[in-house]
Amino acid sequence: MSHESSRTTTDQRGRIRVTGFDTSAFEDRDERFDWQQEESTVSRSRWTRSWERFKRNRTALAGLAIIAVMLFVTIFARPIAVEGITIQPFSLAPFDPTNSNFGALNEAPSASHPFGTDWSGKDILSRVMYGGRYSLTIGVITVGIALSVGVPLGAIAGYYGGWVDEVIMRLVDILYAFPFLVLAIALISVLGQGFWNMITALVLVVWISYARLLRGEVLSVKENEYVTAAKALGARDRSIIFRHVVPNAMAPVIVQATLGIGTVVLNAAALGFLGLGLEPGSPEWGSMLSSGRDTLIQGYWWVTVFPGLAIFLFVLSINLVGDGVRDAVDPQGDSGGNAGVR
Amino acid sequence: MSLQRYLIKRLLVMIPVLFGVTVLTFSLTKMLPGSPVDFILQFQETTPGLREQLEAQYNLDEPVYIQYWLWLRDAMVLDFGDSIISDRSVTGAIVGRLPKTLLLGGAGFAIAVCIGIPLGVLSAVNNGNTIDEVSRIGALLGIATPNFWLGLMLMLVFSVQFGLFRVIPPSDVGVFHPSMLKFVILPAITLGTASSALIMRLTRSSMVEELNKDYVRTAKAKGLSERTVIVKHVLRNSMVSVVTVAAIQVAFIVNGSVVIEQVFSWPGVGRLLIDAITQRDFPVLQAIVLMIAVTIVFVNLIADLLYSWLDPRIRY
Repeated sequence: MSHESSRTTTDQRGRIRVTGFDTSAFEDRDERFDWQQEESTVSRSRWTRSWERFKRNRTALAGLAIIAVMLFVTIFARPIAVEGITIQPFSLAPFDPTNSNFGALNEAPSASHPFGTDWSGKDILSRVMYGGRYSLTIGVITVGIALSVGVPLGAIAGYYGGWVDEVIMRLVDILYAFPFLVLAIALISVLGQGFWNMITALVLVVWISYARLLRGEVLSVKENEYVTAAKALGARDRSIIFRHVVPNAMAPVIVQATLGIGTVVLNAAALGFLGLGLEPGSPEWGSMLSSGRDTLIQGYWWVTVFPGLAIFLFVLSINLVGDGVRDAVDPQGDSGGNAGVR
Repeated sequence: MSLQRYLIKRLLVMIPVLFGVTVLTFSLTKMLPGSPVDFILQFQETTPGLREQLEAQYNLDEPVYIQYWLWLRDAMVLDFGDSIISDRSVTGAIVGRLPKTLLLGGAGFAIAVCIGIPLGVLSAVNNGNTIDEVSRIGALLGIATPNFWLGLMLMLVFSVQFGLFRVIPPSDVGVFHPSMLKFVILPAITLGTASSALIMRLTRSSMVEELNKDYVRTAKAKGLSERTVIVKHVLRNSMVSVVTVAAIQVAFIVNGSVVIEQVFSWPGVGRLLIDAITQRDFPVLQAIVLMIAVTIVFVNLIADLLYSWLDPRIRY
């Protein structure tokens, strides 16, 4: 038996002979095979590279700087206390934004009131500084929650397709038939006014654009070979979706979400202007404009100019940052602007 | 796919959407806190049997799905009942306001298109130089300005300081009367600004994309003038995507006019909507929201059909 004899010969030689592998050829192999992949000490992920591209964009950084200053001003405008414990004791605003001074009604800008006072003698500078808290938190929280609703639904719809996709996308289509503000107004009339009701209404309006955008991206990303490979390796659907598909489909959604903060702030101010936002009398930028409208005819321009400038400056900076984010994460993306404004 | 088959498919997709829109609009007012009967009874002396009579009038004694069906059946023939506040028929109230809103929206849309498209073309042709930079910065400013604030500022400058335009239009002057022009000009500019900025950006980006294509080089190589290449070839091709953008702008204009009508005390449908909400006049609210949503569904249909007619490659 030849097989038996060959094994005895290997045993006799005291070592395992690997057949079909010519060791001599292996020994005098080419120099090039000594090459080893150089391990970089710093792993540069896609997001690090994006951040580096973003850092080179000067207009985007200027936008970011303005937002940082506005954030600083609103945080330190008035002391912040959580359950009786003061966590932020500083007060940049010269007056209490809710305090009326009936000795100084509708005063023009002066040294003591740089932005003037409104119809009930409230200091407009203090109100503008403090009012940023409402607009900025509404913008960030709304977009955050809307992402956490829209991203999973969009990903599931795009990945599974079929009836799941039909159901989710028909719902999106139905909601898309209502213009942004009209739907928000209708929802607020049901929910009632107030901070969280306003956020709820805005989230219900905003999530659809992220779901629709992500679904479209997922449809093309899921055709990639690495997704097939992950499936072949037996990865669960959940981990394929959230570790392989979504991270590769997120770029346009991130751009849209950044610009979305501006859209939400703009529409929140519009709701405030229509008297449907927060509780009446809140120093919110939109509501301030609505009370300023009534005294505009009398020539009290300062009541409307400054809160509007604050909204304008914030939305402008968000747009600068958003355009920078687009160039950084999605260089081939379209530069058509904020298509999700509706 | 032929255009007819595409049309049929597109219409079939529309049915569940329209159904959903009616269900959503109907349930919105069902979710409103407080029954409308309670609301009416606040203003009237309660007599025995009045509550039952009112509930029967608004079909509130029926199960919800019957209520929906009865409402839908009437809505199909544009009968939304009577307004709770003014005793007028809802349809009459809306139709009375509609011409003013259409005038404002139409003027705003015209301004948006007349500024947005030429600026976008100009910017794309001058890609990278000063003209491009200036118009892109302009577009950015236009997008970032809150429309209601822009309206207030225009009012401040032109009406309060210079006294050029009267602010509130008289209700007895017809829409097509030439004197309406001076009332509509400020609100229309306010409404059109943000839209024109968006249209400009999209026109620019689709033009830039087209300008880099091979057929442009061919057209230039065979000796056509720059002007002919741009007007006859590039503009025509990039308009395909501008059409869809214009459709999106309809929703945007509706959005804007709700606020702008409030700023300029413009007696249109948008103000009727806000009044209906503050006065809890739910039949009016339902009717306006439904009317807007159905309009937008049809505008999107028209845009899709136009798009596939202009570019037959796109049929899905």
